[in-house]
Amino acid sequence: MSARRERLLGSGLEIFVPLALLVLWGVLSAGSTTYYFPPLTDIFTAFKDNWLFSRVGSDVVPSLTRMFAGLGIAIVVGVVAGLLLGLSRRARLAADPILEFLRAIPPPALLPFAILVVGVGDGMKIFIIALVCLWPILLNTIDGVTGVDPTLRETTRVYGVPRGDRMWRVMLPAASPQIFAGLRTSLSLALILMVISEMVASTNGIGYFVLQSQRTFAIPEMWSGIFLLGILGYTFNAGLVLIERRVLRWHRGARASALG
Amino acid sequence: MATLARPTRRRPDGARLRLPDWLLPWLSVLGVLVLFDVLPRIGVLPSRHFPPISKTLGTLGDQLTQSSFWDAVGSTLEGWALGLGVAAALAIPLGIVIGSSRLLYRSVRALIEFLRPIPSVALIPLAILIYGSGLKSTVFLAAFASFWQLIVQVLYGVQDVDPVATDTARSFGFSRTQRLLRVTLPSSVPYIATGLRIASAVSLILTVTAELVIGSSGLGKAITEARSGGDVQLMYALIITTGVLGVLLNTIFVQGERRVLHWHPSQRDSRGAAA
Amino acid sequence: MLRVSHLGKTYGEGEEAVEAIGDVDLEVAENEFVCVVGPSGCGKTTLLKCMSGLLPPTSGEVRLHDERVEGPPERMALVFQEYSRSLFPWMTVRQNVAFPLRRKKLDKAKGRELVEHAVRSVDLTGFLDRYPWELSGGMQQRVAIARALAYQPEIMLMDEPFASVDAQTRADLEDLILEICREYGVTAVFVTHDIDESVYLGDRIVILTPAPTRVQEVLDVDLPQPRDQVETKELPEFAQLRGHVWRSIKRKQEGKAPEAAATSSAG
Repeated sequence: MSARRERLLGSGLEIFVPLALLVLWGVLSAGSTTYYFPPLTDIFTAFKDNWLFSRVGSDVVPSLTRMFAGLGIAIVVGVVAGLLLGLSRRARLAADPILEFLRAIPPPALLPFAILVVGVGDGMKIFIIALVCLWPILLNTIDGVTGVDPTLRETTRVYGVPRGDRMWRVMLPAASPQIFAGLRTSLSLALILMVISEMVASTNGIGYFVLQSQRTFAIPEMWSGIFLLGILGYTFNAGLVLIERRVLRWHRGARASALG
Repeated sequence: MATLARPTRRRPDGARLRLPDWLLPWLSVLGVLVLFDVLPRIGVLPSRHFPPISKTLGTLGDQLTQSSFWDAVGSTLEGWALGLGVAAALAIPLGIVIGSSRLLYRSVRALIEFLRPIPSVALIPLAILIYGSGLKSTVFLAAFASFWQLIVQVLYGVQDVDPVATDTARSFGFSRTQRLLRVTLPSSVPYIATGLRIASAVSLILTVTAELVIGSSGLGKAITEARSGGDVQLMYALIITTGVLGVLLNTIFVQGERRVLHWHPSQRDSRGAAA
Repeated sequence: MLRVSHLGKTYGEGEEAVEAIGDVDLEVAENEFVCVVGPSGCGKTTLLKCMSGLLPPTSGEVRLHDERVEGPPERMALVFQEYSRSLFPWMTVRQNVAFPLRRKKLDKAKGRELVEHAVRSVDLTGFLDRYPWELSGGMQQRVAIARALAYQPEIMLMDEPFASVDAQTRADLEDLILEICREYGVTAVFVTHDIDESVYLGDRIVILTPAPTRVQEVLDVDLPQPRDQVETKELPEFAQLRGHVWRSIKRKQEGKAPEAAATSSAG
């Protein structure tokens, strides 16, 4: 079938299939007496009661604030450090073994370290999110910079582009496709770290809520929290894709024309 | 014409070379180690939070003789392996079957794109509920997370098969199953290898996460206990251990991937893919 | 104006050393259009990069206005062969052309004027707000030329700039570059492998040997100005010069010495 119809079918399926499965779940669980899988309608009720909008201020806002604060720090530090390291071969050589080791540590293993050093408050969560999300962004920025076309670099040299411009107006845009790739990974890591830091050491937040609900056997509430996290995960990812599409419009155009 | 009497000799780029390139990484590692040993000793860094690194390494060395250490490592590896194994057992066959049918692929792809961004850690309470705090919870979470990463790669691999190859096979009279086994599968292997590498990393992360949050036995639990028990050096030693474990497992899979990829024309950047 | 003395460039060291350029002496006077030709692999691009300060020579030196060239000089611009890779894909035509001017700290109006004038000179006024990938190859190269122009250099080095465009576009671009250099009073060093092009464009032609590169011969081109794609190429002098360059290159390739030239050669 034609490309356009295929795309329409694809978009249609993307909406239809999850909805259909949801309906199926609803139907199958309607008369449910299983403890773990309450009727879908109960979950929806719990969702409405909790997340529209009574707990938004008390749980969603703190969670997301911490997450985006941590992510923001990771982006700033990662991009700046990545640009600097990307431009200096010798600095890269020196830093490489350290970076490789640090990034190999599974993020949850760092959680006790964060608790030890920063305590159990908001600071700790922001710290661990920033620390963990740093690596994909940093490493991808470095890759992006080192991968810049040599002809582009030579052009900057020929025209004597001053240092600041070289970093912010040439290297940064040139590396941005790669940076966005790292950003996608970091975004999902941020969500994960947000949840587990709240499960381990928190008194509020979505992650905390879900675990607490389980502990107090409020099962539909637990599910509602899981749903919320799923929706958030999906929305953030979709949002990033949209932003990327807009910011990297030039990149798609350039690649398309390069491929003929 | 004012030429020079003799040609000048210029040193190559980066002429102010004092240190050879190969020395730099060693120096920086050494520098960091020295820094993290001296600063806590002289009090610049609080030694309560940052014990001198030599002591930490000493503790680590000591641990290598303790059976409790190896039990923890073993438990983590067990969870990781089972999680990865379950994921692979499900994702690879499913991926191949779904990927081979265009219609099925299109319907399911939408679903996967929808479910993939859901953080698997959100299911921790569910796991606790159903499976308690033991190995089963760990395996459930690790398998669940790894599954999505792996199936996506398998689907790419199957979809990426060169249609010319399959058409050629069809023209030679190969049946559908034969084409699957002899054309599709071999050409998907590099993608499956990449998928396994990513899934392995994810499985390790979720295993340690489960140990940390749920308390199933393993390194994650040991690290938490070390911290809450005030044994900071042990905590760091164990964190380093998980790092080493991560590097080892990753290296194994990277080597395997490389071996499988060396004939494949596709390029893949290993950095952006794994967390 | 530009003086190359005993230039040598060797890549690598020891056994793996590759001597790209042996010993090149070259002089370019103001307002001249000098074409540099040679067989493939004769280090033309390396020579240009050394002349522009992008690559440091292993021996010898380059002087611009009697000042040693140690990095890309401010009064020099370079036009690359791979135009699509030398333009910034995230910038519009206007932004690309204006970008090198940032260093000069001109006031906004003056900068804008320079950009628009340069773009007008290459006939791309309607495309100021387009992106490079929206333009054809020939147009992209014109943007690169406009960028070099707006920079107001005294000397422009061009590395086979029209090699990657089709013949028709190339003819147009050749005429364009001649016109621009005349109008703006820009000195030009134009590297090419196309012998016809070198004779058509040049005031002087420098013929290079294969690696390790030396100057084989320098020819004066006596053809009348302004050049015309049809009329100039119909002149017998054109054919003679062309043949001479051809034979000169071929002969060196075959290892024989060049014959005495019908037109004079200068040092």
